[in-house]
Amino acid sequence: MEAISIEGTPKTPTVNFDTDKGFLEIKGRSIPENSIEFYKPIVDLLEKYATKPQAATNVNIQLEYFNTSSSKCILDVFKKLEGINKNGSKVMINWYYEEDDEDMLEAGEDYQAIINVPFKMVQVVD
Amino acid sequence: MVLDIYGFYDKMEQNNIMLSFKGDITSDLLTSILQIMEAKLDNFQEEPKIKKKVYNVLVECLQNLYHHMDDSTAGNDEKVRSAIFMIGKMDTYYNIITGNYIKNENIPNLKRLLDSINKLSKEELKEYYKEVLNNGEMSLKGGGGLGMIDIARKTGGKLNFDFTPVDQKYSFFSLNINVSQ
Repeated sequence: MEAISIEGTPKTPTVNFDTDKGFLEIKGRSIPENSIEFYKPIVDLLEKYATKPQAATNVNIQLEYFNTSSSKCILDVFKKLEGINKNGSKVMINWYYEEDDEDMLEAGEDYQAIINVPFKMVQVVD
Repeated sequence: MVLDIYGFYDKMEQNNIMLSFKGDITSDLLTSILQIMEAKLDNFQEEPKIKKKVYNVLVECLQNLYHHMDDSTAGNDEKVRSAIFMIGKMDTYYNIITGNYIKNENIPNLKRLLDSINKLSKEELKEYYKEVLNNGEMSLKGGGGLGMIDIARKTGGKLNFDFTPVDQKYSFFSLNINVSQ
């Protein structure tokens, strides 16, 4: 199936989505002024992937910064994953946060409260 | 009239302004400003935690300006195309000030949003954020009030704001945010 591989910029994250392996990774910074445009291909491919997902889907979210414009798009990604999880693929979202970054931990917990998918909070120690 | 440049300088010095800008807010400008600010925060050897907070709040404040101006392009009104922001470093906090024109008719909604955010406790802000994130109607550009809620959450303080009447059509909206060190 298709894959997405986007290199990060100062305002947008690195994205790797390997549908054959059932692996999605978003890391770096997500602070574009218009996030919808950036996240659309990811949401679209997730929709396609949902029709024929792998037995397990692993998702790594490791963001240094993200803005509120991105937060809604990230929720859209998670909502797609929620559907995929419901339809048989075992989804796990690994939410990475740096040791002292309480705001990022809290942001992960916000999503965890909204989305019905197993979350793992992973502390990154420098 | 000769521009009192020393007067400007002195005022900025007194307010510990480390960066200021007036004019059209573009995406490229924000990229540059954020890059400069990040380098400055690194130079101050700010704790990563504080650095991230200041940077995050700055992103939201500046993108608020950007989106506001974007809103107004249809009008092609010179006034609305321009904004100002200043970033100051005090002894115990960073100070982020933004200012932009706002149509008088849009004041009540914005005032209501800011007043309601200022009344909420930390826990209530968290719940409100989740509610708007999950149910709120977002425009193509984001928004939906999420930016202001996020600023209030991250700073833990009140959003200080003011509307200065300009003329029949416009007022000048200013927002003054402190991020503790």
